[in-house]
Amino acid sequence: MAKAHVYKRDYINTDEIIPARYLNTDDVAELATHCMEDLDTGFVGKCSAGDVIVGGVDFGCGSSREHAVWALQGAKVGAVIAPTFARIFYRNCINCGFYVIELENAAEKINDGDEIEIDYGKGVINNKTQGKAIEFRPLPDFAIEIIKDGGLLEHIKKK
Amino acid sequence: MGMTITEKILARAAGRDTVAAGELVSAGIDVIMCHDVTTPPAISMLKEHGIDRVFDTSKIVVTPDHFQPAKDIKSAELHKRLDAWAREKGIEHYYKIGRAGVCHALLPEQGHIRPGEVIVGGDSHTCTYGAFAAFSTGIGSTDLAAAIATGELWFKAPASMKIVLNGSLAKGVYSKDVIIAVITKIGVDGALYKAMEFTGDALKDMTMEARMTITNMVIEAGGKNGTIAFDEVTKAYLDVHLKDSNADYTVFESDADAVYESVVEIDCAALEPMVAKPHLPGNGAPISECAGLEMDQSYIGSCTNGRIEDMRIAAEIIKGRQVAIRTIIVPATPVIWKQMMDEGLSEIFYEAGCVVSAPTCGACLGGFMGILAAGERCVSTTNRNFVGRMGSPKSEVYLASPATAAASAVEGKLTDCRKYLK
Repeated sequence: MAKAHVYKRDYINTDEIIPARYLNTDDVAELATHCMEDLDTGFVGKCSAGDVIVGGVDFGCGSSREHAVWALQGAKVGAVIAPTFARIFYRNCINCGFYVIELENAAEKINDGDEIEIDYGKGVINNKTQGKAIEFRPLPDFAIEIIKDGGLLEHIKKK
Repeated sequence: MGMTITEKILARAAGRDTVAAGELVSAGIDVIMCHDVTTPPAISMLKEHGIDRVFDTSKIVVTPDHFQPAKDIKSAELHKRLDAWAREKGIEHYYKIGRAGVCHALLPEQGHIRPGEVIVGGDSHTCTYGAFAAFSTGIGSTDLAAAIATGELWFKAPASMKIVLNGSLAKGVYSKDVIIAVITKIGVDGALYKAMEFTGDALKDMTMEARMTITNMVIEAGGKNGTIAFDEVTKAYLDVHLKDSNADYTVFESDADAVYESVVEIDCAALEPMVAKPHLPGNGAPISECAGLEMDQSYIGSCTNGRIEDMRIAAEIIKGRQVAIRTIIVPATPVIWKQMMDEGLSEIFYEAGCVVSAPTCGACLGGFMGILAAGERCVSTTNRNFVGRMGSPKSEVYLASPATAAASAVEGKLTDCRKYLK
């Protein structure tokens, strides 16, 4: 079961997800300790493996730094749910084998602390806390395959 | 049905006759830009996956820029990895420290950008090169690794927005003010996933340097790429900067019946100098609404506004005066640094009490060379004013033109540059 960490803010950018002052390393374990630091200094302490971040529109805007995705993966975040995503971040997530879910008004449908379960193939978020099933448009099959393979390069290698 | 310039370039690169918005294409890459933050991880990924291949050593341009010269031990390690790889692979266009510069100023200056080409880089501001009637876009490290190895990437052809820049700019109003006004009008996700095609009379009077400021900030509206049509200004720049060995290029133009998802018109003649207030580039306001706000630092540099023209504009205002706040001048490339010396600009800045640094991305992204403390405010010619962008999460960044940053440096507060212009 995953817990939702909800940020009712639009335009959560990659500088907030991983500030540039930490870009002098690409060590995932180190990046993870600073995940979401400029938005919420307490995030790393309260995030358990598989937990999900819920945000507002244009999530991941700004820099192309894949370090943002690595920081999320390193902090064991399971997925990000938002109404829309910035283009480069979205592509980086799939390339890294990290789930992103587009869901309109996501931060209204899921409350901070809600326990949820996600079926990525079917496109259903089961909100256990609220006793509701929320549907979303699943990623295309090829993107899910890339994610399941662990990212684009693993996917290419496997092929 | 007609095609836009973006569709035509993608069609050419994919070996197809036509491409329509929304179609997925696999396109050949003409130039790959590599810098010190996103390329070392790409190199490591390739090594981990046992991929040793570089698709074409002549089509990759390498320059450390974000943390160059190395700001600390960790960034020195990144530079070491980048350097070892570039040497081992025999990358033809490797700008070592001493010739390295802010990538998006360096590549056009050194003749690596040509119309009609597909250019990618491990940096979100790679969209800058669209000013040369090229398709260019930023990518992450995994895509960068794939591009380096294969010379190909898939793209979804973006729908196009036409941005018509009507009228001509008044004195004291620059291309930076125009792009801040555009982003303020459409929002920081107003062009999400789209191509922004800039047209209109205001472009005619703009140099390539000024045009690059516009396409540089396409990403700040969420855009995938931005384009400006080829004209005599483009040609004159390329005649000077392209080397004989790569002086040929193909010019693509949008058809009269090309499809645009939307058209946005901007009356440039009516614009005032603009300031984008914290914490979004789309949070623009005319200077008349924000003049007087006290600043702690002025920063003039970056891939947005660190070119020689920007330095001349700033120097014209600062000449013979003393700056009232910390003022940090960062020429984007060694050539610009040298030009500043030769033209006496460095001396003007020195006499006024400014710091003139070596080329680097530096403090634009909170790296080094002008980091802000908690509670400090900086007027900056850069492209992003996100929380913590230039230092403390409790600092504030106000984006503006070099003229506004220079006038504000002199007065120590946000200032209308027009009072200092003859």
